[in-house]
Amino acid sequence: MATALQTKEVANQATQPRPTAKAAPAPAPKASPISALRIGRKQAGSIGMVFLSLSAGALLWHLATAINLDFYINFSNVPSPWRVLTAFVGHIQTEIFWTHIGVSMRRILISYTLATVLGIFIGLIMGRSRIARAFIMPYIEVVRPIPAVAWIPLAILMWPTEESSIIYITFLGALFPIVLNTLHGVEQTPEVLVRAVQSLGASRWAVFRHVVIPAALPSIAAGLAIGMGVSWFSLLAGEIISGQYGIGYFTWDAYSLINYQDIVVGMLVIGFLGTGSTAAVKMITKPMLKWQKRTR
Amino acid sequence: MLDVLKFKTPRQPDEKGKGQISVADVSISFGTGANAHLAVETTSIDIAAGEFVCILGPSGCGKSTLMNAIAGYVAPSTGEVTIDDKKVDRPGPDRGMVFQQYSLLPWKTVYENVAFGPKMAGHGRIEAGSTANTFLELVGLKKFGDRYPAELSGGMQQRVGIARALANYPSVLLMDEPFGALDAQTRLMMQESLLDIWRKFGTTVVFVTHDVDEAVFLADRVLIMSAAPGRIIEDVKIDLPRPRSTDMAATPEYIKARQFCLDTIKAESRKAFESQNT
Repeated sequence: MATALQTKEVANQATQPRPTAKAAPAPAPKASPISALRIGRKQAGSIGMVFLSLSAGALLWHLATAINLDFYINFSNVPSPWRVLTAFVGHIQTEIFWTHIGVSMRRILISYTLATVLGIFIGLIMGRSRIARAFIMPYIEVVRPIPAVAWIPLAILMWPTEESSIIYITFLGALFPIVLNTLHGVEQTPEVLVRAVQSLGASRWAVFRHVVIPAALPSIAAGLAIGMGVSWFSLLAGEIISGQYGIGYFTWDAYSLINYQDIVVGMLVIGFLGTGSTAAVKMITKPMLKWQKRTR
Repeated sequence: MLDVLKFKTPRQPDEKGKGQISVADVSISFGTGANAHLAVETTSIDIAAGEFVCILGPSGCGKSTLMNAIAGYVAPSTGEVTIDDKKVDRPGPDRGMVFQQYSLLPWKTVYENVAFGPKMAGHGRIEAGSTANTFLELVGLKKFGDRYPAELSGGMQQRVGIARALANYPSVLLMDEPFGALDAQTRLMMQESLLDIWRKFGTTVVFVTHDVDEAVFLADRVLIMSAAPGRIIEDVKIDLPRPRSTDMAATPEYIKARQFCLDTIKAESRKAFESQNT
């Protein structure tokens, strides 16, 4: 009974990503990472704001648990921030906790790299060839809405090892936003630039290399950032398979053991790792877009 | 503004390509069957090597389409375009293009934009770079080489566009309303600069515009196009002496040529307006 309830809850969680993934294909390419970082006083100010906002959230959380708030939503069984922090501090002193994190990060790295390479490649091909586009698009439309958890049984049956099925599920989550954003970027290539370089003697390949790809880069970068976020929540679904390691497994295991504070520790760690890796993606793609920054 | 006097004429690698353009019985239509739309009616034009020709017409008359056929972007439905007896079937570096605006690669610096053509022609980095510098100096923008296009004003961007087109030593320079987006003051300066550059290089120039003053000031010949579907209805020879300056706008020859063009184009514009309303 309890297990059934839990499964349902996890299923819901894993379905949540969908709206985000769906919103992926049409981001305003100009709204991408550039304005995120401004050095100096402004930046210090925004860091202060982030700190203030998180502290306020933690304070509200603390109050809600301290008075056992029960008004439609029920906080009586929710661990207090202090208990979560204590549990977290306890965990970071164990080796196994770091193994969980390390294993998850390795899985993200492998799946995300594969999704990046393949996603950009497929997106570019679809953007430049009508036939390829017509051929591949139906698969993307049909497969994209399938939530990561729904893949679990089939992934286990299809792939030789647990590890490979987890990586497959994570990879799939990151793939679609990257493909669709790349495609969107390629479609936005201004025709006048293609014509201009053609009359400068550019070959088909040179047009691709010097016009199509750079024109698509802002949109690709946005897709990479979204893909990173999606790959984290797909990972959680994938790690339900794993009987041993991974921060998703850690969280899932805490569900099964009804260890409330560890559930929250796992959730928060996933949240922060996801945020951190998305920020890393933005930082890596930023130098490629420096011409955009100078534009404004 | 343009320091042309200091400029040493760069080596002219290929003297064979003189830039003689022949448009023979060309018509251009888009779409097929019932949806077919005739953009340019059967037209023949001969442009001598080194000539400066303006194509003048009301908006939407197909003058840009005709130029796109010379550039090789659009295939004529009938007839053919040849340059120095070689058939045009695709865009190529022998025909330098200058567009109305925003045609520089925004992710390349000004210098990289100008060096792009020579690089595509197979020149090494150093040679392409020195060509780029030569042409940036020609248009007075050598100092701005490491800027990105968006950091430059519209007029400066168009000068870079001209430098980029010339860096391939084209035999023909095709300009599609290149100064149309500039303010009046900048436009006058750009027109004088263009004439200076043209005098140095002697390339054939085909210049599309809807501005009568611009056409008369720049051209040896003004070809006036009819309202859509376009065809050449007048071939006006402009007998003003060169080098020209803006002061010539007061001479009787200028006024006469301008008035003639203006009357012709006015009649055409009215026709276009009426046909759109029926």
